Amino acid sequence: MKTKSILTLSALPFLFASHFATAQTVDVEVTNLTQGIFFTPLLVSAHDSSTHLFEAGRSATAELQAMAEGGDISGLVTATTALGAVNSENPAGGLLAPSSSAQVSDLDTGSNMHLSIVAMLLPTNDGFVGLDGWEIPEEAGTYTIFLNGYDAGTEANDEVVNGGGASGALGIPANPGGNGGTGASGVTTTETNQTIHIHRGNVGDTDAAGGVSDVDSRIHRWLNPVAKVVVTVK
Amino acid sequence: MKLKSIVNIGAVALVAGLIVGCSDSSNSSNSPDTPEMNDYEVTLTNLSNNQPLSPIAVVVHEASYIGWAIGATSTAGLEQLAEGGDNSSFLEEARTANVLGSESGEGVVLPGSSSLVDLTVNRGSDLQLTVAAMLVNTNDAFTGSTGIDLSSLSIGDELKVRLPIYDAGTEGNNELVGTIPGPADGGEGFNSERDDVNVVSRHSGVVSNVDGYADSVLEQSHRFDSPIAQLVVRRVN
Repeated sequence: MKTKSILTLSALPFLFASHFATAQTVDVEVTNLTQGIFFTPLLVSAHDSSTHLFEAGRSATAELQAMAEGGDISGLVTATTALGAVNSENPAGGLLAPSSSAQVSDLDTGSNMHLSIVAMLLPTNDGFVGLDGWEIPEEAGTYTIFLNGYDAGTEANDEVVNGGGASGALGIPANPGGNGGTGASGVTTTETNQTIHIHRGNVGDTDAAGGVSDVDSRIHRWLNPVAKVVVTVK
Repeated sequence: MKLKSIVNIGAVALVAGLIVGCSDSSNSSNSPDTPEMNDYEVTLTNLSNNQPLSPIAVVVHEASYIGWAIGATSTAGLEQLAEGGDNSSFLEEARTANVLGSESGEGVVLPGSSSLVDLTVNRGSDLQLTVAAMLVNTNDAFTGSTGIDLSSLSIGDELKVRLPIYDAGTEGNNELVGTIPGPADGGEGFNSERDDVNVVSRHSGVVSNVDGYADSVLEQSHRFDSPIAQLVVRRVN
């Protein structure tokens, strides 16, 4: 027994040493690959292996729902900070327009070796772009990741632009491009898969003064991937 | 104490391996006293909105087997899987090709749900994995991957991949009433007639009746983008 405890104790310094040795400084560039979809303020979070902002196939947290339905990252910031995460909030300084990029420079991740990124897709009801816990490599270099569009599963995709951005409020909070319609009757009032899943895309229509959708089927559709992330480990 | 319990668990796993090895007589040439077995836990999660997936077909094989290829004609087994969600012929074809292991998931995988298949096979050097399942609210779409390399997976490792959507090319994507076996329609599944391009390709998605195709039996909830599922493979032993 004594031998065993000594062994355990002597192993501890090694564990801590490797722990600190893996601290990284990273640059993160996020590019919106779509032609007509805006990203709300991005949250770029470095955290430990057990933290997730979201997980595909699982229910959204209230914090994730607030981000996906209304673009509000404050709840996710509070929750991840409490778990020791290092965050870059809103690196684009507002909306990230289609086909443009945002840069996070010299993010010191400390002991956090996993990277997550989220932002709401506009105009959608509860669509978001997401990266879930990508393991930051220890080796210096440039790494490219492509991200998909997710559906939080918390709101029916009615595609009606009515300012409804609060959690539980039906509707799309805004269409930043101003290139859609009004007066839509709504695509649907139900969501079959109420866990986080791959977004099936906007339906849209070409009727600016009615129809089923306030988004334009010629402008506001997309196919995955919706974002490109370049991580530079220094 | 701790060391002892680990040894006990190890012994149980060894016994379990032996039992599986004995029962798997058709694919096993090893004698029971050399149980060099790999144990894989395959979990598939449906990430679509409203495309239940048929019971998943899981095959562990060597490089000589392939489930399908872009530009190649679907086998009869793949056609039955992709048109009707019945994987029995697909798995039978695999067994005929002397694969190392083949198994079906236990039931339909609903959106947001997962299916777990445990597969134990003889240890080999170039093991690969093939997984396939139908999107049941389509004419002949299936998801999966064939030839996933397992050789770099050590015990306790897992790999995670997202799966695309393929078109078997054996049935036209007319989306008409009576042609789709899933709950969107309750129509016909497999039909041996091949009235499409007759080669496998990536799927272009469904149109649905919300997009100007009034005759489609599908509606907005059945639309999808790729990927449609997440596959996690864990090597247990």
